[in-house]
Amino acid sequence: METFVGYLNYFIFFAIQGSIFAILCLGLNIQWGYTGLFNIGIAGFYAVGAYTSALLCGPPPSSLDWRIVGGYELPFVVGLVGAMGVSGVLAFLIGIPTLKLKEDYLAIATIGIAEVIRLVLKNEAWLTNSVWGLKNLPSPLQGEIDGKISAFLASHPNFPHWLNDLISNGYNWFYLLIGLVLVAVLYLASERIIRSPWGRVLRAIREDEEVASVAGKDVFWFKMQSLVLGAMMMGLAGGLYAHFAKFIDAMSFEPMFGTFIIWVMLIAGGSGNSKGAILGAFVIWAVWAGTDFFTGHIQMAGYREGALRVLLIGVILEVVLLVRPQGILGEEKMVSKMYEERSAPGKKR
Amino acid sequence: MGQFPQLIVYGLISGSIISLGAIGLSLTYGILNFANFSHGDVMAVGAFLALAVLGLAKGIGIPSHPIGPFSFGLSMVVALVAAMVLTAVVAIAIDRILYRRFRKSGPIVLLIASVGVAFVLRNIVQFIWSPLPSYYIKKIQISKKFLGIRMKPDEVFIILFAAGAALALHLFLTRTKMGKAMRATSDNAELAKVTGIDTERVVIWTWGIGAALAAAGGVMAGIEDKFITPELGWQLLLYIFAAVILGGIGSPYGAVLGGMIIGLSTEMSTGFIDTAYKPAVAFILLVIMLLFRPTGLIRSK
Amino acid sequence: MRVLEVEDVYSGYGETEILHGISVYVAPGEIATIIGPNGSGKSTLMKTIFGLLLPTQGKVALDNEDITGLRPDRIVRKGMCYVPQSDNVFPSLTVLENLEMGAFIRDDDYSGSITDVFARFPVLEERKSQRAGSLSGGEQQMLAMGKALMLNPKVLLLDEPSAGLAPRMVEEILQKIVEIKHSGVAILMVEQNAKEGLRLSDRGYVLAMGKKRFEDEGLALLNNPDVGRLYLGD
Repeated sequence: METFVGYLNYFIFFAIQGSIFAILCLGLNIQWGYTGLFNIGIAGFYAVGAYTSALLCGPPPSSLDWRIVGGYELPFVVGLVGAMGVSGVLAFLIGIPTLKLKEDYLAIATIGIAEVIRLVLKNEAWLTNSVWGLKNLPSPLQGEIDGKISAFLASHPNFPHWLNDLISNGYNWFYLLIGLVLVAVLYLASERIIRSPWGRVLRAIREDEEVASVAGKDVFWFKMQSLVLGAMMMGLAGGLYAHFAKFIDAMSFEPMFGTFIIWVMLIAGGSGNSKGAILGAFVIWAVWAGTDFFTGHIQMAGYREGALRVLLIGVILEVVLLVRPQGILGEEKMVSKMYEERSAPGKKR
Repeated sequence: MGQFPQLIVYGLISGSIISLGAIGLSLTYGILNFANFSHGDVMAVGAFLALAVLGLAKGIGIPSHPIGPFSFGLSMVVALVAAMVLTAVVAIAIDRILYRRFRKSGPIVLLIASVGVAFVLRNIVQFIWSPLPSYYIKKIQISKKFLGIRMKPDEVFIILFAAGAALALHLFLTRTKMGKAMRATSDNAELAKVTGIDTERVVIWTWGIGAALAAAGGVMAGIEDKFITPELGWQLLLYIFAAVILGGIGSPYGAVLGGMIIGLSTEMSTGFIDTAYKPAVAFILLVIMLLFRPTGLIRSK
Repeated sequence: MRVLEVEDVYSGYGETEILHGISVYVAPGEIATIIGPNGSGKSTLMKTIFGLLLPTQGKVALDNEDITGLRPDRIVRKGMCYVPQSDNVFPSLTVLENLEMGAFIRDDDYSGSITDVFARFPVLEERKSQRAGSLSGGEQQMLAMGKALMLNPKVLLLDEPSAGLAPRMVEEILQKIVEIKHSGVAILMVEQNAKEGLRLSDRGYVLAMGKKRFEDEGLALLNNPDVGRLYLGD
């Protein structure tokens, strides 16, 4: 029974992180799945959101910190909203010079952006505390809930061990609830968006930008909205992560990997499909977390385990691209077939 | 201010390494219309393969004592050549197994696939050699002062090697049938097919040459820094993309020019700003080029 | 003797069928010209013959050998060359290098062919070290044809050789085409300049809506009042 509770507690932790990834994927789905914007800077928005929320909600700088900014100990909701806001503004600033670019040029430009963000996080210690990070980040209502749990357990001293373990992890159930609610809200929002007139324009832009612009739509502005909206979701995910992990530093958001794995999740699940975004997030995260159990049985140096896991994700990506590029669920079926079908250029060589 | 001549020298060295990587990237981008995000990691693979062969060469008794003023011996030369050949084979194999199947799929699918390949290559390297620095040569080389500039003989070698490679490539492209076919295919692949050129063979040669030069670039980076890590490729990627865009996609001459400009400007920028932000300089040049002159300084698509 | 025979070909793009059963042929040393309004399928026909498009039905034979659906680089080896309408030279290569590329599949010494091409188009010899991209429209067209001739083809497919050229150039190009015909090459040509094209052709085809409307000798078509009214703007 105790091992069962152990697994259950692990599963809660897994699901919380999975929800965070799902939100990141839903954000990418808006940018790439719906609009066709290729963004390698995802980890940047994620990191910026996390840091913003941490700086707004976290404790003030201690005498040991390099950092001199932040720590206003504001409520959780303010932190999340701030995270979304700052990520959105960042996306806007990035979008101005880059959204005019052709898709592969945009991709190249975003490597640079990812690099710059990483450099800033690492070097501007006055803001981010660099590699020493921000710690003791608060989680919402943790004090109250933990207090009630302790009181409850104290008044029932004869509970079996496993029940004790189960209930003392209760706070994480609460956090999971927050995560799942946010995933559900953003999922519903995505579904509404894609069926709205605004969403149809995004689809049209993805299919053929020239046609969309000839039809009179201000393509740049629509792309910008999509970029900003997706970035805000990613920032939200960042904030959620910060208050869950309770510690972030420049290394937590290794840009290339943080970005790469989200791409694999979305492609594997089905880009252009909000259910696919969520499914892909949990499936790939499960593979990643699962390799932990597997390599635990084989004795191997730490860096080798790490390398094998990333290797595995890379291979999965290639296999998906070769065998089922539309992902598990494929693109979302829409009522209007107009934007779905494109007659392929026949048997052209 | 007296540091500028020194920075120019650093810029030339850095530019030489970047150019060697940029040539291959530019060639495949031009012919296959595909931004290969794994090219940096191909450079890293080359550097590590050289390391492996170096060990092997020493093991079978090829002399390692330094040639002339350089810090490396015959074993390193053997390792360099072997790495170039082996890396070419690896790149061709990746194309045959993977990229070839996406030829019709459009540039973004290939781009994503190449990102996957980048991670696979990097982690295979990390698996075998660990993320810690691996040393080519442990000896420290003293730099000599020459007209007020400090340079190591190895660094002169790097610059001369890059210049020599560029020259050799130029001769190949202008004097040989396959070289001309490569230029033709880069101009217009459809017309090349219609003319009867075996474009698949051209593609194989392109991958091979590009990867061989990339491997050389990786080895040069190792000679310069004395050690290599699996992150080598990703660190160079932004610079080589900037060089390619600056020089013009598809033009190997542009790649060399672009490489030198990026090398010089990033090194010289350290006179004004924190060295940590060198990549930002490359990035700004990249974005400016993309916005205002995406065809590059030398003609391209 | 029909060196190129196209029988009852149906072809198109994806779901759209453009050619509905076209049959044409060319004999050695003759020019057959295809005319017709835009969208009639002239370009589609050329691409189908040369293997750039796969026909859904029908047959293409070269020297009595079935080449239907073969890839272009195979067809080139069998002795048929294709000169596209535009982008038909390699701009960053020199004139001489373009000709060398034309001879890519040849293993033998082709310097004789180069001399022949220069003899036929002296202006190309003048500009032999110049970048092809810097040539005028007419010169590029000549280079494109010269390139195709490097393989001494039995059949030459020309897609709108006079497109975009000044009237005097058109005259010159068409004249060159006649000279090529005299050397024994079979030429199948699509021409937008219908009257000029028919005037120097041995035979002609009029295509409309993917079907063959008229087939006759060049001059006969030119004088045919129906053809004149419908397709020649008389």
